[in-house]
Amino acid sequence: MPTKDEVFEKIQAALVDALGVDEEDVKPEATLVGDLGAESIDFLDIVFRLEKGFNIKIPQGELMPEDVLKDTRYVVDGKVTEAGLAELRQRMPYANLDEFAQNPVVQDFTKLFTVADLCRFVEGKVGATE
Amino acid sequence: MRWYWIDRFVEFESGRQAKAIKCISLAEDHLHDHFSYYPMIPHSLVIEGLAQTAGLLVGEFNHFREKVVLAKVPKIAFYCEATPGDVLTYCAKIEYIKDVGAMAAVSSHKGDVPHAEGELVFAHLNEPRLGSLFDPATFLRMMCLLGAYDVGRAADGSKLQPPPHLLRALYAGNCEGN
Repeated sequence: MPTKDEVFEKIQAALVDALGVDEEDVKPEATLVGDLGAESIDFLDIVFRLEKGFNIKIPQGELMPEDVLKDTRYVVDGKVTEAGLAELRQRMPYANLDEFAQNPVVQDFTKLFTVADLCRFVEGKVGATE
Repeated sequence: MRWYWIDRFVEFESGRQAKAIKCISLAEDHLHDHFSYYPMIPHSLVIEGLAQTAGLLVGEFNHFREKVVLAKVPKIAFYCEATPGDVLTYCAKIEYIKDVGAMAAVSSHKGDVPHAEGELVFAHLNEPRLGSLFDPATFLRMMCLLGAYDVGRAADGSKLQPPPHLLRALYAGNCEGN
């Protein structure tokens, strides 16, 4: 099993390749969309690289449960409801959704996703050690 | 006008890899201005040729039922120029195919000399409002024209065959034409 440092290094390399950013820009607190300039298609590319790099499978919707954001039970007037936030927290234990929860506009959902969130997601998939 | 930037497939292994050749000729109009005294194929058209090689390989994997579009060029590097008289060999290897898209490693060679290499990401567009981006029979004509079924091999090693639904579409189109 890889260590958390090894997970970060591989993710850093994957993001450098996928987004064309400099290695030093890929910090744990950097947001993928806001700081590293990721667009929607880049998430497809990133998932490819994570699957290959870590030899894991990431089913569609596991990293970003987009189905919740399209579900009328969880979204009203373009905002995620309390029930929706609870569903997201349950499905995304690796992500810190506190800031998003303050103004949960659906379109802003991916903007707050950080490198650290991505690391925690992969650490959970591969059982990374300290 | 047809947007063909490969001339012929020389290898086509379903779901794995394909090789196509592109012969560069001074008869191509765009070379007269790119550049007047030093004609060379624009790198953007090499990328298009690589994308056609890889895109048809990706599309064939799902029998052309997916709408395959080039979504991203994460990496591309050119090592030299290609000029009239050169024959480029484009190679595409599928790295990944998923429900939502695919990634291919691509390269271009002039004989044994590396000309370019990179990665291409394709998306499968499943938005119903888009309808069919292309006439299904167009793919069959393109694959036949480029010799994919002459050299192609299916995943089990047998001769590559056109998907029955494309044959039906082509036949229906021909009947309407008559």
